[in-house]
Amino acid sequence: MHIFKHANYDFLRWRVHALVVSWVIILAGVFAIATKGIPKGVEFAGGTVVIEKFDRPTSVDEVRTALDRNYPGGGQNTVVQSYGDPAMHLVMIRVPSTGAESGTSLSATAQQVEDALKKANIGTFERSGAEIVSPTVGRELTSKGIWATVLSLIGILAYLAFRFQFSFGVGAVVATIHDLLITLAFLAFFRYDMTLNVIAAILTMTGFSTNDTIVIFDRIRENLRSMRRDSMPHIINASVNQTLSRTIITSGTALLTALALFFFGGEVLHGFAFTMVVGIITGTYSSVFIAAAIVSFWRGNAPTRAAAHAPGMVPAANAAPQQPTRKTKPARKARAS
Amino acid sequence: MITNLRWKVVTVIVVFIVFFAVGIYPIAAAHYGIKDPSWLLDKQLRLGLDLKGGVHLVLRVQTDTALRVETEQEMERLRQELATRNINVTNMTQPSAISFRVEGVPPAQDAAFRQAAAEVQANFDRSTGVNGAYTFTMKPNVQLNLRDDAVVQARQTIERRVNELGVTEPSIAQEGQNGDQILVQLPGVSDVNRAKEVIQSTGLLELKIVEQGPAPTQEALMQNGQVPPGMEIVPGASGTPGDAGTVYYLVRKVAAVTGRDVRSARVQVDSNNQPAVGFTLSSEGGRKFGKVSGENIGRSLAIILDHRVQSAPRLEGRITTDGQITGIFSQEEVQNLALILRSGALPADLTYLQEQTIGPSLGADSIKSGVIASVVGLLLIIGFMLVYYRLSGVNAVVALLFNLVILLGLMAYIGAVMTLPGIAGFVLTMGIGVDSNVLIFERIKEELDAQRGVRAAINAGFARVFWTLIDTHVAALISCAFLFQFGTGPIRGFAVTLFIGLISNLFTSIFVSKTLFETALAGRRQVATLSI
Repeated sequence: MHIFKHANYDFLRWRVHALVVSWVIILAGVFAIATKGIPKGVEFAGGTVVIEKFDRPTSVDEVRTALDRNYPGGGQNTVVQSYGDPAMHLVMIRVPSTGAESGTSLSATAQQVEDALKKANIGTFERSGAEIVSPTVGRELTSKGIWATVLSLIGILAYLAFRFQFSFGVGAVVATIHDLLITLAFLAFFRYDMTLNVIAAILTMTGFSTNDTIVIFDRIRENLRSMRRDSMPHIINASVNQTLSRTIITSGTALLTALALFFFGGEVLHGFAFTMVVGIITGTYSSVFIAAAIVSFWRGNAPTRAAAHAPGMVPAANAAPQQPTRKTKPARKARAS
Repeated sequence: MITNLRWKVVTVIVVFIVFFAVGIYPIAAAHYGIKDPSWLLDKQLRLGLDLKGGVHLVLRVQTDTALRVETEQEMERLRQELATRNINVTNMTQPSAISFRVEGVPPAQDAAFRQAAAEVQANFDRSTGVNGAYTFTMKPNVQLNLRDDAVVQARQTIERRVNELGVTEPSIAQEGQNGDQILVQLPGVSDVNRAKEVIQSTGLLELKIVEQGPAPTQEALMQNGQVPPGMEIVPGASGTPGDAGTVYYLVRKVAAVTGRDVRSARVQVDSNNQPAVGFTLSSEGGRKFGKVSGENIGRSLAIILDHRVQSAPRLEGRITTDGQITGIFSQEEVQNLALILRSGALPADLTYLQEQTIGPSLGADSIKSGVIASVVGLLLIIGFMLVYYRLSGVNAVVALLFNLVILLGLMAYIGAVMTLPGIAGFVLTMGIGVDSNVLIFERIKEELDAQRGVRAAINAGFARVFWTLIDTHVAALISCAFLFQFGTGPIRGFAVTLFIGLISNLFTSIFVSKTLFETALAGRRQVATLSI
């Protein structure tokens, strides 16, 4: 069975369109983030989350009214949601940080919420889970998350520059940054909380969105040897087409599992699964339309002869004479400075 | 060729059996209540806090306290030294946690002062001011060591206390950007408040001779509005039952004995049949205490816990190793206090940064949805591979299942912890793991289209794709490593699952899958078609 038999689409022709679409989404995302922000989960914002298990079905409205009446500050900015399996009668209540979530008063807010519920007499309940975070934690987490992402991008760039060429590394990393921005945009559009799990999904995505890209690059490298007479854009197009069914199939299987997580994985993994779904789709799109296009932008239509420095597996006789491709670069640098 | 293949098959089977026995068998055995063989069931795949339920706490060690205490002690040592040498200075103060100041050293005794001060020179830098003033500042490297020590000591103390609480498989680790945070995970604990109380109380026990008091106000104990040198004022309960008021004691600053000298502590009842804590000092502590108590018979001894006088009994005679802390305690308070004294004092104050409790029902719910998602994901992928690749799809499915067995087995073997994000990693490993097979199969198809024979196409498919697989896996491992570095608890579980999944995937897709093809084709001389 074949999905694409002898696919021959001119992907590079669409590269400008693709860039426009990507920029539109990214800018819309930036706008959404700038105006409304990505909602922060309790780990980042600080505050208190309690999950109460009621002995009978309790509506979210009942709980909210109880908080409005009895919680100090009238339950402003509190989030009340039913949680998990409806048969368990779980209600999640999140109240913003009062600034007192440290030291011994860490759980004072949780206690106030429970007192408010008790006063309202809406059935007996017990605390099934809680998360209380002091506001200082978020800042440290944010910087840690950003560092982890940046370092992993640098690591991938270095590895690809070592295994391929610098331009390939740049292509892969730009594509990954593109995926990051698109994912953040979608998180902002759909108002998913930024949680630790979402960060984990984003970091995972950086690893796997390079996957498709590497497969295509590998093929480009191979074709640079076998199709030496062809122009770079032609080789890139051929490579993307040759690997197209593989790209679609693997993204499809990865997407299937991410969707299984999204629909069946439960409340805690919802944001994680959503991030993975978006990440997988944009990762596939970017490796087809963005990564390869970057390589061709970067290298122009230069003759391809001395392109790939061959990896270790190629017999020496087969390899093209190793002409360093970027001999001109140091000179250019010198002029620039 | 055939013997080569035979060895490959044997390797594959042995690897399968080993990982099955380590990873799958214990889970199945637990499910069906089988208890044998026990040596195999020891290494179970452990569940993380988010699945099992429990308490997760993050504390910050206020290392400044440790520095302040050290500075204070050095200052007091110098004060005593000066007193024995008859050097009279006008004032000694401690303006910050890391420095103290001596004022009014008589010019005639300057050389003698410097000599006496030489004792604290090792840890402090001395700078000279006007009119015989000197400032001593703790050296930066000493500060750094003290801070590190404080965190390590705090961690060890918490470890001892948690062990005394009787929690099974607790996990206590240092973390944070400055390394001054302590992560405490207590699986299966539901009483957060008791755990927090036991962990956080400093547990600093000091026995000090009372010079004056109790008095109702601090002012009553001062001389000319100042605390006499070498003394301090400590608040305490009045000791009269029913009177909640605070009284004050003037005590000597240098403790006769501290909690460091306590060797054991236990619950007792005092002479009024009230709960009390009895303690036994080490022989060194007993010697010190015997000397001080012998010299001060008839005076009161303040028993100070966390800077509050618990009781101030009169010294009726010389006491050496055994003492008792009485006060107004409940039975639970007494139990906690004995536990805290046994485990030693915390070197610095702690503040809580984060608290998370997961009830057992939430954990069970997470496991349920995680397992459903895994099964659905697995079935979708198996279905797709069988429809799309037909017989070769069977090969991919076997490789996939093999991958899962290795993943579970390795995780159980290295004692990794399965968390909810870990389950997600498990599901994703399946979805992304078939990628390698797809890559290989698509390549084989291409080679078949290029009119190669089946065997040649298979060999070429595997060979050509090998380096691509290495590249994709290394890139994913790189991001995985940073993910591990970034996260704590659940996220680490996720990173570990992914990491192991990636490595076992390399093995199954390259080695197992190829062996399966070779086995299927072995013994058939001419192979014209491949179901792919």
